[in-house]
Parts: sequence; C-alpha cells; structure tokens
Amino acid sequence: MSVPLALLGLLDREPSHGYDLKRDYDTYLSPGRPLPFGQVYATLTRLARDGKALVGEAEPGAGPERKRYFITEMGREEVEAWLAEPVPAEPHLQTDLFVKVALSLMLGRHAEKYLDVQRAAHLDRMRELTHLKQQGNLVEGLLADHGLFHLEADLRWIDLTTARLDALAGEVRP
Amino acid sequence: MTDAAISAGSNHDVRVEARNLVLSFGETPALRGASFAARRGEIVAMMGPSGSGKSTLLHCLAGILVPDLGETYFDGRRVDTMPETERSQLRRDRFGFVFQFGQLVPELTAEENVALPLLLRGTRRDEALREARSWFERLDLQGMEHHRSGEMSGGQSQRVALARSLVAQPAVLFADEPTGSLDSLNGERVMDLLTTSARAQGSTLIIVTHEPRVAAYADREVIVRDGLVTSPELALR
Repeated sequence: MSVPLALLGLLDREPSHGYDLKRDYDTYLSPGRPLPFGQVYATLTRLARDGKALVGEAEPGAGPERKRYFITEMGREEVEAWLAEPVPAEPHLQTDLFVKVALSLMLGRHAEKYLDVQRAAHLDRMRELTHLKQQGNLVEGLLADHGLFHLEADLRWIDLTTARLDALAGEVRP
Repeated sequence: MTDAAISAGSNHDVRVEARNLVLSFGETPALRGASFAARRGEIVAMMGPSGSGKSTLLHCLAGILVPDLGETYFDGRRVDTMPETERSQLRRDRFGFVFQFGQLVPELTAEENVALPLLLRGTRRDEALREARSWFERLDLQGMEHHRSGEMSGGQSQRVALARSLVAQPAVLFADEPTGSLDSLNGERVMDLLTTSARAQGSTLIIVTHEPRVAAYADREVIVRDGLVTSPELALR
C-alpha cells in the first residue's frame, strides 16, 4: 500500500488535519495496521515539499500542532492516475513452498506429508480470517476476504501439486 | 489426541465414528480402511479430490450406506449392523441432511418442506408448521412461506433446505457440498447460517466440501484420499 498516495487520496475528499487523516486511514484503509503519527506528518511534509499538498496556517487549539492540509491540482492528477492504474497482476508463487516440495522429492522425503501440513497451516489461517469476518465490520470482512481468496489460490496449487507429485518426482530426480 | 483417546469406547464425547471402513461399488473400491470420529457439537470438514471417497464416508456415517467391512457408531451404538428399519428411524429422528441442490419436495410449499422432518416424527401438523414458520425470519425468507421450489432462487431454496435440516434439532447434521451450486455471496450466507445454527443447537456438523473457504468455517478438517482418511495425526489432533 502506498501511504503517500492513500493520504493524498484522503485529502482529495476534503482538506484535513493530520489527525483526521490518520484516523480515517486506520479505520477504513488499514484496520489492524495503524499508521504511526510520525509517518503521517513526515509524509504530509514531503507531499507539501513536492507540490502535491499545501499546508494551511496553524489553528488555535490544545494538543498537537493543528494545521490543515489541502491537495493541489498536481496532487489531484496523481491520485486520478494512480486510481486508474491496475495493480500489477503478480503471481504469488510461494518460492519456499515450491523449493521444499521439489527438494523433498529429490531427497526421497515425504513431499505429500509436507503438503498436508502446509494445507493444515493454510486452513488454520483461513479459519482465523473467517472468524474475523464473522465478528468484524464490513471493512474488516472485505480485507479478510482478500486474504481468504489468496490463501484459497495457494490451496488449489497445493492440491494440484499433490495430485502431480509422481510426475514431478520424475522431473526433479536425476 | 490419539485415535484411541477419541474412540467411542473410551470417550463419551464422541458422537459419530467410523472404524476401518471398506466399501466397493462393484469392482471399484471407494473406501479402503477409512477411520474418522467427530465429537458432540464439533464442526468438521471432510475435504479431498473428486472420487476420493469423502461422500461415501459421509453416507456410511449417516447410515445411508452399509460398509462391506468395518464399523460405524452413533453415541457408542453400532449402526452398520442395525436392521434397515432401525437405521431409517435413526436418520429420521437424530440426523439432518443438506445436499448440494436443496432437494426440496417440489409439490410442497417452502413451509411444508421445512416442517417435513417434524411431520415424519409424528408432530401435529399445526405445531410443525408453526415451528417451521419461525425459521423464515431467521433465514431472511419472510413472505416465502407458501412458495414452491420453482418459485425461489437457488440461494433461497438452499436456505429452506437448511431450515428443514435444522428444524428438528438433529444430533448430527450431514452436509454434502452445501454451497456447491451457489455463488460466493449466497454460499457465504448459507455457511454462516449453517454453522451458527448448528453451534447454537449443539449439533455435530460434518461438511463434505472441496472448497477451502467452506472448510474454514469448521473447527478442523480431515483429508480423504484414495478411500482413506489421511494424516490421522492431523485428522484427530
């Protein structure tokens, strides 16, 4: 997740204080992984330096410095371009997983047993995410769904590989 | 936990159990020594590739099929040697079933379908229908009580089938690919309802599925492969 672009996107809604940006980022964009205050203000300073945001006058009030940040036209164009661009469709090949399977076969070990253990670990994590989805709000549920679908894809690969272990053994054993 | 620790003879928590089941359909072996146990109130997913024997194992546990060899138990009582009439009574009185395609009786209305297990047990018709109707709000099916299966979507029909399987508070609920014909959203809804209701009633729930997202609703999973429950140390942990 690009923190600068996410904060810039939040600023595109309306001018905001750093505190409000952090609160909305933590609540809606990254539940469970709060952004440190220091990173929020450092990022806003960089965005202002690069001409993507403007800093308003300090406002009276208790607590931390209360400055309102505004998005510039350049910042708005960057958010537009970012939102229109698809995320790279990278295959999440689990290199460790594949290497362990291939090595197990080369060494005459029980690759199938290893894949069973890995399947159980994946399903344990899926159970946690399913529980989170059942207990949490919609935002947490959708983030859990994202994890669930990725883990499910891994599991399909594990099942397919399990079914092809004999053939793979023929390939990797000299 | 070891196989011995969970066996029906030594642990009154065990609700259903299969020991070393062997079953062939003609020349084709379906089960080749499968063992399995589930505790009271436990939710277990049975996973495995197509043709691995998972549905056959479920049908043996439910007393629908009788194994060629091996033993099945319900609450410590031997099931595979029971006369068919007794097994039929067990299925009617203690078990509930959900299949992939709802399998509602098309001539009956939705509420009559839900009431069916109660009617078969001898509950009075008005009482059975009253109990059946109480499920419609819970399943977000208000107003569908008099619809027939042809007048409902796949998701609605499957929720009616869920209510029918749960209405008589079965000791064990057997679900064979309960979301197999549904899209993700409806499948999720069915699994939420199924697992929440089973937990609330204390029913043991055994779900045959090849979908990890469905299996993730269970307390644990077992893998059936080539007619065997593999990795017993995982299967009975």
